Amino acid sequence: MIVAGRVVMKMLPVLQRIWLQMPEPKWCISMGACACTGGVFDTYAVVQGVDRFMPVDVYVPGCPPRPEQLIRSIIDLQEKIQSGGTINAREFKLRVLPEGPSRFDEDELVRIRERNGFKLDDQKYNPVH
Amino acid sequence: MANETIDPKSSEIAAVKARLIELLPGVSLEWSEFRDQTRVVCPAAELAKCLTAFKEVGFDQLTDLTAVDLLEYGNVNDRFEVVYCLLNVDSGLRLIAKIHLNEPDLTIPSATSVWFGADWLEREVYDMYGIVFAGHPNFKRLLLPDEFQSFPLRKDYPVKGRGERHNFPVITRAES
Repeated sequence: MIVAGRVVMKMLPVLQRIWLQMPEPKWCISMGACACTGGVFDTYAVVQGVDRFMPVDVYVPGCPPRPEQLIRSIIDLQEKIQSGGTINAREFKLRVLPEGPSRFDEDELVRIRERNGFKLDDQKYNPVH
Repeated sequence: MANETIDPKSSEIAAVKARLIELLPGVSLEWSEFRDQTRVVCPAAELAKCLTAFKEVGFDQLTDLTAVDLLEYGNVNDRFEVVYCLLNVDSGLRLIAKIHLNEPDLTIPSATSVWFGADWLEREVYDMYGIVFAGHPNFKRLLLPDEFQSFPLRKDYPVKGRGERHNFPVITRAES
């Protein structure tokens, strides 16, 4: 699966469902800055990186990525499969832990706490923006 | 050249104002002008009558319906301002109609009975600001998921959200 472009929070469950429906063997390429990290869209509706919620194998940077970068990502995926692939998919069973960034980053935790009424004494930055 | 194009408009606007005074007796409208933009502020209680009067005077297209949150604006009395941008298609005359709302009662009558185009515009205003339009045929959120709890374009909602965008289950490779 190639996830190209930004993923909105309304679309993420759909994306997860498609990933679960894909038959084995399957790999995921995250294409572009928005799919990898959210890109310039650091807003309330865009998921900051699809690897927070789905297992990604190859990341392609760029906004937009050059065609050569995408071709290289497919070649990299092939090399990854050749170097570590097994017949009965043992290498997939070993990836038990989520591989993206940590679930809560400090930034968001500050905003969630502020919404619930808990304010820190020293504010390093303004959590509204 | 500029003077010639402004003058017929101002006489048309004067005609519109006179007609509205006939149609809406007892309703106090505050008019203001800036360059070529004419604005009118309607009182919140008479909104339905004002909108039908505007349609009767000739403004048959609702170009836009938005809201403004004046929380951080400075010295204002009311928090929300719902803005109706009206256009008279035949004469090209434009009017901006505003209405001020405050926090506890954010319900105003819907404009869909007057202009059909207000349908999705009002749903978007509800989605982003939380202003309820009574009498709307299909009143639910337009862009955000239906179970979203906050109203993002209000000034007290942070740009990055409050964790709703990352509130999903994680799928690891082993279990998929």
